[in-house]
Order: sequence, then structure tokens, then C-alpha cells
Amino acid sequence: MSDTKYKSVLNRDPDDLWEDSRAIVNIGPIHPAMHGAFRLVAKLNGETIENSYGEFGYTHRAKEKMGENRTYHQYIVYTDRMNYVSAMINNTVYAMAVERLMGIEVPERTIWIRMVCSEMARVIDHLVCVGINAVDIGAFSYFLYGFHEREEAYTLIERLCGSRLTTSFTRIGGLMADAPEGWEKDVKAWVKRTRKTIDEMDRLLTMNRIWQKRTIGVGVITKEQCIEYGFSGPNARGSGLDVDLRRDQPCMFYKDVEFDVPYAKEGDIFSRYLVRIEEIRQSLNIITQCADRIKPGPIWCEDKRVRIPDKDVVYNTMEGMIHHFKFFMTGFEVPAGETYTQFEAANGEFGFYIVSKGSSKAHRMRVRGPSFWHFQALPLMVRGLKVADMVATFGSINVIAGEIDR
Amino acid sequence: MFSEKARWIGSEAMRDGSTGFLTTRLEQFISWGRKNALWPLPFGTSCCGIEMMSTLAADYDISRFGAEVVRFSPRQSDLLIVAGIVNLKMAPVLRMIYDQMSDPKWVISMGSCASSGNGLFDSYCVLKGIDTVIPVDVYVPGCPPNPENLLHGLLGLQEKISRGDTHAQRRQRA
Amino acid sequence: MEITDIRNYVPTTFGDWVPKFGELWKAQISTLRHRFGDDILEARMPPEYPTDVPIIYVKKESILNVLSFMKTDSAFEYNFLSDLTATDESVEPRFELVYNLFSTTKLVRIRLKVRLRDDEEAATAMAVWPGANWAEREIFDMFGIKFAGHPDLRRILMDIRYVGHPLRKDFPLKAYQIFTEPELADPALLDG
Repeated sequence: MSDTKYKSVLNRDPDDLWEDSRAIVNIGPIHPAMHGAFRLVAKLNGETIENSYGEFGYTHRAKEKMGENRTYHQYIVYTDRMNYVSAMINNTVYAMAVERLMGIEVPERTIWIRMVCSEMARVIDHLVCVGINAVDIGAFSYFLYGFHEREEAYTLIERLCGSRLTTSFTRIGGLMADAPEGWEKDVKAWVKRTRKTIDEMDRLLTMNRIWQKRTIGVGVITKEQCIEYGFSGPNARGSGLDVDLRRDQPCMFYKDVEFDVPYAKEGDIFSRYLVRIEEIRQSLNIITQCADRIKPGPIWCEDKRVRIPDKDVVYNTMEGMIHHFKFFMTGFEVPAGETYTQFEAANGEFGFYIVSKGSSKAHRMRVRGPSFWHFQALPLMVRGLKVADMVATFGSINVIAGEIDR
Repeated sequence: MFSEKARWIGSEAMRDGSTGFLTTRLEQFISWGRKNALWPLPFGTSCCGIEMMSTLAADYDISRFGAEVVRFSPRQSDLLIVAGIVNLKMAPVLRMIYDQMSDPKWVISMGSCASSGNGLFDSYCVLKGIDTVIPVDVYVPGCPPNPENLLHGLLGLQEKISRGDTHAQRRQRA
Repeated sequence: MEITDIRNYVPTTFGDWVPKFGELWKAQISTLRHRFGDDILEARMPPEYPTDVPIIYVKKESILNVLSFMKTDSAFEYNFLSDLTATDESVEPRFELVYNLFSTTKLVRIRLKVRLRDDEEAATAMAVWPGANWAEREIFDMFGIKFAGHPDLRRILMDIRYVGHPLRKDFPLKAYQIFTEPELADPALLDG
């Protein structure tokens, strides 16, 4: 009867069973495991992935062509839609790149505030990454704790610049607005609460047997493969490639703050998770040190090309009004040159390659998003794994659709 | 508050002069049931997707309003929340997902990228509003909209359903 | 203070690269010229030229030799490909391929460029870095530059059926192409 049918099925060779009937499964572009809109087409042998290829482009927004048709000031708004979970970092890198082309030096207070904002953005990015990774594997409350701290951080960012997610906070040569009174104290209070939350999340997951069984040894990438494929950031540091651009190529005031750079050796999901948790702790240290050192002072560089005039000057003097008009209608001119400016974003090396021919619009605005290079190695990492392991691996790489598709 | 609602839910004209479309008590009862148990399909592509995740998380809870069961399959949901940019590569996918949902189905276009194309209106690859492809019931403006904005949009959709004013209900009457 | 001349500018918001790496770069460029001779067309050093790292123009035929030499030789060790992109100058030769390299051991950066005409094919850098696969596909998608020896050169960002190469200077910003059917998966790609 049915018993004999199943017995004969079980006694056959597994490869023989699936011959000529390997399933080709299309995962995406709208799928809960594909964060953003990606597609992975996999050839399955039962539940094991034999081969796969990835596809993206579903959120391509033509940012690079926009960079050639918008002035440098108008482009700030487009930059923080790239890595949208940590928007402050994108703004900071763009402002640094254009300031480098123009030869502008910003005052100290601006640099300290930019550093605090970048590290806050890094913390919330890692919270999202680890939270979503946990949700994919099945641990849901982790996500909720992380998101609560994100909401508190959003409140702080909203006090600073009015918007929660897409901030557009930096300007070329300064900031949009000064930090309000008492902002630094609230940031330090947030840091204390987040430290407790991180310790709680650590206790929940790190020594958890289920988590360890799902993540240790899964989705491995070796150190040599990291260099071949252009990995950077926590993904590379989880495999032993000890490069952190904040320490090795210091910009802003990273030479003057003390922090450690964690790295692990195995290259699986568990080591990337540990690296991210430890990086959150180190970022919280950096925030405390920077918040202690912010002194009152100007936030704008007084270079006439980029200084947006204050409102009382604009409304009361003729020159102020003309300057304001020309600034926003035609934009300032950036001298000819090119630069590739990079910074250690939450995902890795985030860079802007700007070529300027001396006009008010860029000739080439190229964005190097780290997730582009990470997603490329995903078929390599999931070969031979089960589909559930692919889901966990994809969550641990932290690909953000805005960075890949631009 | 309750008495105001009770007054106009059974009458012909609303307080602002417009007329409702639901004529029988049964239809009003069914629409009351439908609006309080919407099952969303989060079609999150870009930044608005993160704000949608914030709305689904604990701080701004969307399950207070009945939309708790988030299903990622179009066959099992009836509210399509399009959050984020839809470009020319994604537009046929959006249409396919909308066609797979069964009636009655509602669409919230969240964010200005989905409603109109936003600052990328001028580019070569962005759909200038998803209402060129699918019929939309509620547009939520913002870039990205606050979770409170999205909840306001959801409440507006619930009000539209209770009036009988949405595309799905018009299709059913016609 | 009016800063108008970028040539005297030392990027202070970044730390000083020219005093730090100037000698190293000069020694590396002279080694390259000594070894490759005519293949190195031009080398632009900061601060004479308005750039932050030296730009070395290489002939198209010998770019792979130069890249693999720079990756493995102990005086160079540029083992990390930060970025591979292209720009469209509107004058002939039209395109410039840009390789941004980084050394994870010496922590120094450099830039290599290859000039290409409109119909020329470039050589793929996948032999040196397998990670250049998608970057070259994106350059093909956006600019139309073909790469000889690439295993899988097809569009990556735009739809497969798209016509035109968007980042070229003569492509309009507001073009529009509608597809009514979604792009289907290609099982033949999984047989590799």
C-alpha cells in the first residue's frame, strides 16, 4: 500500500531521487527575507542550494545621473536616501568630499557634532541589522528591543534637525542648524540606556544554544575571499581582515578619541554578530567622549562661496538677498579636480568619487556603496547550504537596497 | 463622539453634505468588520519601508487598529501598503502582485515617492506615481512619513471603507 | 579667507596625505616607469594637479599586467580594489576607466585610469579580482563599454530589455521606457 511506496522511496539514493528534477526557485523581489527588493534565483537539490545568482535594480533611482544635473547643494537631499538606516553618515561623507574639492576647513564644533551623529547612525544601523537577522532566524523580541532604542535615537535626531530618518543635516562648510541646549546631556543619557539594552540583548542571544547552532559555521567567507571581493566593514572584520578606516586613515578627530576595533577570525554569521555588538559598545564610548568635548562656537566656515547667509542678513540687506538668490538658484562653483573620499560607514567603506570640471554641477558623481560588493559574494557563501541558512546569511551581510541600486 | 457616529452612519447625508454609499445595514456591518481587520502586505522597497517597520514595531503599534496580521503573500492579504520607490523594473512586479490579491483589496500609497515620484520625478527610471499602474485609495505624503502619518492614513482608509467610498467597494456595487 | 587656488591646498580635514605618502608615491611611480616603460602614459601627482591621490594613466593593453604587479609586489601591495568605475568625457578618447586601489597593509591609496574610445573593448579585471564582475557589468549597463573575457556581460541595474546606456552624456535624463511584463528568471545562468 502506501507503506511500500514510501519504503522504496527511502531506500533509493538521494541523488538518484532528485535527478532531472532540481527545483529552480525564485526568491524575491518582494519577500520578507530579502530586505529591500532583491531577487535570488536558486537551484535547489531538495533543500540544499546548488547554485544561485542574485539580481537587483528594483530600487534604482538614477542618483548618479542626478548628480550630474543637480547642484552640489541640491544633491545633499539625495545622499541620505542611499544607506537610509544610517543617513547621517552619508551626509557627512558627501560634505567631506565636496569640502575637500573646495579646500574648506570646517570649525571644531561642526566636526564634533558630525562625529556624534555618525556614531549614532552607526549604532542604529547595527541595531537594525542584528534585529532583522534575529527576526529571520526566529528571535522576535530582540527586534523590538532594538527598535525601541532606535525610536529614542530618532527623538534625539528629531530635536537636532527636525526629521527622523532622512536627515540632510550637513551642509557644505557647516551644518544645517546648531545643536539645541542640553542636547549633549540627553545624548549621554541615551548612551547609558542603550548600553543596558545591549547587555540585555547580549545575554539573550550570545550564549543561546539555538542561536549558536544556527549561526556558527554558517555562511563562511574567508579572509582571502574578502580581499578578492572587496569586503569591508564588519563583514570583513568578522573574517579577520583588520582594517578600520576610522583608525587606519583617520579623518575628523578620530585620532583624539580612544576606541578599539573588534575583529573575529571565523567568518561565519556568529562572528559578524559578535563584531557588530562589540562595535556598538565602542561607538557608544566614542559618543560619550565626543559629547564631553563639544564646546560652544561657530558651526559655519566663513568662506563666502558656501556660507549660506543668515535670515536677518537676507531680509534686511540687498547683498544678503542677492547672495541667497544666487546660492540657491545657480549654486556655487567648485574648482576643477577629482577626489575619492571614503569613510567607515556602518557597512564598510562608503565613498564618493566626484569629478568636477569647474562648474556648479558635478561632471561625475559616483557612489561606492559597500553592499554592492557584499551582495556579489552571496552565491559563493550559500553554496551547499539550506534555504534557511541562506536567509540567515543574507540578514547578516546587511545589504541595504539604497546603497546597491543608488 | 459615539452618538455622532451613530447619527450619520444610518442617514443619507454626511455632516459635510456628501452622501454615503452604503444603503443597507448589512453592508454597513460588513464594512465595519472589514475595516477593523485589515491584513497588510508591506511592499517596502526603500526608506519608507523602514518607517513602515517602525509602525509595525512596538512604539507605534499598527495592531491597535486591527492591522496586526502582516502576511507577505498577496493571496493572503487585502491591504497593499506600497512604501518606497517603484521604478520601471518593479512596476510589472507591482501590477502582478496587485492582480494576485483577491477582492476586496485596498492600496495605501505611502510616501511621496510612491504617490508621485518625489524628487526623482525627472529621472529615466522612476514611475511617476503608482496610480499610473494600480488604483490607489489613500495617499500618505511625507519623505518618509512619520509613523503617525501612516496611522492617520490608515484611519482615513478605515473611514473611507465605512462610507463605502473605495475603489474595491465601487467595483462590487457596479 | 578666500581659498581659490586648490593647488596649494593640503587637506587638513583628512590628515595630510602628500607629506605622509609623497615620497612613497614618487618611488612607486618611478618603479613603474622603469619596469613598464611606455605603458605608463602619464602620472599626475598632487599637489601639482588638483587631485588627492596620484593618477596614473596606463595603456589599455597592459592594464592587467600593471594591476597584478601592483597587487603582489612587496613595494606596492595594492591588494584591495576599492572601486571600478568609468567617466564619460565628451571628447575623444571618450571614456576613462577608473580603478581606485587601496593597500590594506600599507594603508595608502592610488588611482589608475585607462582611456578608451567609443567602440573599444576593455580587458576584464576578473583575473586579478573576482569581485570586479559586477562592477564591470554595471559599467557595461551604464556606459556601453564591453569587457573582453567577461563570462556574463549583461545588464545589472536596468531591465534586460532596456535600450540605451543611461550615464552617457548624450542620454537624456527624462527618458522613459515601459515594460508590461516582469523580467523572468533565467535558469540557464544556473548551469555554471
